[in-house]
Amino acid sequence: MGTTLWQRTWRNVARNKAMYVMVIPGLLYLLVNNYLPMLGLVIAFKNVDFAKGIWHSDWIGFKNFEYLFKTSDAWLITRNTLGYNAVFIVVNFAFSIAIAIFLNEITSKFFSRFYQSVLLLPYLISMIIVSYLVFALLSQDTGMMNHTILPLFGIKEISWYNEPVYWPFILVIVNLWKNAGFLCVVFLAAIIGIDKEYYEAATLDGASKWKQIRLITIPLISPVIVMMLLLFIGRIFYADFGLFFQVPMESGPIMNATNVIDTYVYRGLMQIGDIGMSAAAGCYQSIVGFVLVLLSNYVVRKINKDQALF
Amino acid sequence: MTSQNRLIQWTAHAFLMLIALACILPFLLLFMSSIADEQAILRDGYSLFPAEFSDAAYRYLARESTQLIRAYGITVLITVVGTSVGLAITAMLAYPLSQKAFGPRKPLTFIVFFTILFNGGLVPTYLVYTQYFDMKNTIWALIVPNLLMSGFNILLMRTFFLTSVPDAVIESAGLDGAGQFRTFVSIVLPLSTPILATVGLFQGIGYWNDWFNGVIFITNPAYFSIQNILNRILMDIQFLSSSNMSSHVGDAMSSIPGTTVRMAIAVIGVVPILIAYPFFQKYFVKGIMIGAVKG
Repeated sequence: MGTTLWQRTWRNVARNKAMYVMVIPGLLYLLVNNYLPMLGLVIAFKNVDFAKGIWHSDWIGFKNFEYLFKTSDAWLITRNTLGYNAVFIVVNFAFSIAIAIFLNEITSKFFSRFYQSVLLLPYLISMIIVSYLVFALLSQDTGMMNHTILPLFGIKEISWYNEPVYWPFILVIVNLWKNAGFLCVVFLAAIIGIDKEYYEAATLDGASKWKQIRLITIPLISPVIVMMLLLFIGRIFYADFGLFFQVPMESGPIMNATNVIDTYVYRGLMQIGDIGMSAAAGCYQSIVGFVLVLLSNYVVRKINKDQALF
Repeated sequence: MTSQNRLIQWTAHAFLMLIALACILPFLLLFMSSIADEQAILRDGYSLFPAEFSDAAYRYLARESTQLIRAYGITVLITVVGTSVGLAITAMLAYPLSQKAFGPRKPLTFIVFFTILFNGGLVPTYLVYTQYFDMKNTIWALIVPNLLMSGFNILLMRTFFLTSVPDAVIESAGLDGAGQFRTFVSIVLPLSTPILATVGLFQGIGYWNDWFNGVIFITNPAYFSIQNILNRILMDIQFLSSSNMSSHVGDAMSSIPGTTVRMAIAVIGVVPILIAYPFFQKYFVKGIMIGAVKG
């Protein structure tokens, strides 16, 4: 007692010197890689002029945002980001849950492992490789779709990379293909965790498999489903940059169907060189994204405190 | 086995086999197309059963291999350096955050945690690394931005130290006269190999697959990783020959078996990770589960 905060801190430092030193590299890194860019969000309110340096560029208030929201792009990229992510969530969850339930029914250890490994294969590879695979299927001149599959049904060849109407479907399928394995592993873990006695009792009572799935499996894994849902909803304002940037191969005619906030920010910065607009879009994403994370966590907290991030 | 169970087994197998095929067939298409004859592809398209085979694509790649070998060197370098340095920084930050004796562990944990919730995004990050650190077109640009893939890994490791390394072990090491750093290195880390392997694996895959940093920070092909080469070739099949300063561009164009080379190079890009996959598959699955449970 009677010691000041300063004295206590000093004593703690003296006693735990090694630990204080250990955290330095990590904290410095976070400062540079995370906190400096957070401060850097203010450039959205500046007229960036490299001659004056970033910090000394003139303040222009909300001008960058005004320009951004005057364009039709702002609405388009917001709609695309939210729309795609919403569909991804529904489709991916439905498929992954179904796959996990089927996987759980497989009694053969060998097959169970085999299916799981194969399902995770797409999750393991880079989006660039995925783009090659999609190209092999959809290339207009040499793609397997136009040369082998469509002729089977007597359909004429389609110029995939020039027709925006197909891209919502293509992107949803590619996203499902790449990420279903991941979610499936999560749900399978939850199913395996269910006490076997429930099923034994149900079997004794003569409940059919379908009934067991509906009345035992799904209700018991629903907390996990809800948590994962909220986790994904919290990130709904962030698009999978690789998917939207690589897979459409920057084809202009389909841009309206494939442009999302992340690709818009990238193009503004790297290709068009409109840093103000790009920074404004990025800032918009960071702030709305942050609010959504807080909101979804708030809901998680209401449902189950242990699962909440904070 | 009752008939109902047998029916379920068969349905499950049929459904999963279909899905497994959907996962594998694209890779097979890639491979078959890479060993097909160029003319056959131009005539019939990419196919699982090409009419004629040829090793022209791989012979072409062997001729132009300098750039590919260099790119693989870069990928291996950034993966090894990035993963080991990243793992070291992560563990060193996570350990004190798990120890009650460490005074500021709560505010510092929050500092780590906040980076998961909020980030500055691409534009400020890009400006920090290019304007203040001048990393454009350096190997650092491929390593530094990914060092702590996410604050999430730090918290994951902290939880492991907290729950799976008994306090008594750490205390008794202290009583035996080992300093805090010594205790960390020779007692705590060896007890934590599962989490180190898991985090390290995901970090390693992250580095191996990373093309984003190359796309935004690197314009000089000398620093291209294999993913960046793949990225360039997808758009521009002549990239390999043009970067080798061959003066006969027109010549080179007619001699490149473009459609098959494209697929062959993707095969070369994906094969190492497919070969390694069975060896780390167990940790991969485990890592996904740990991540999701605490996510």
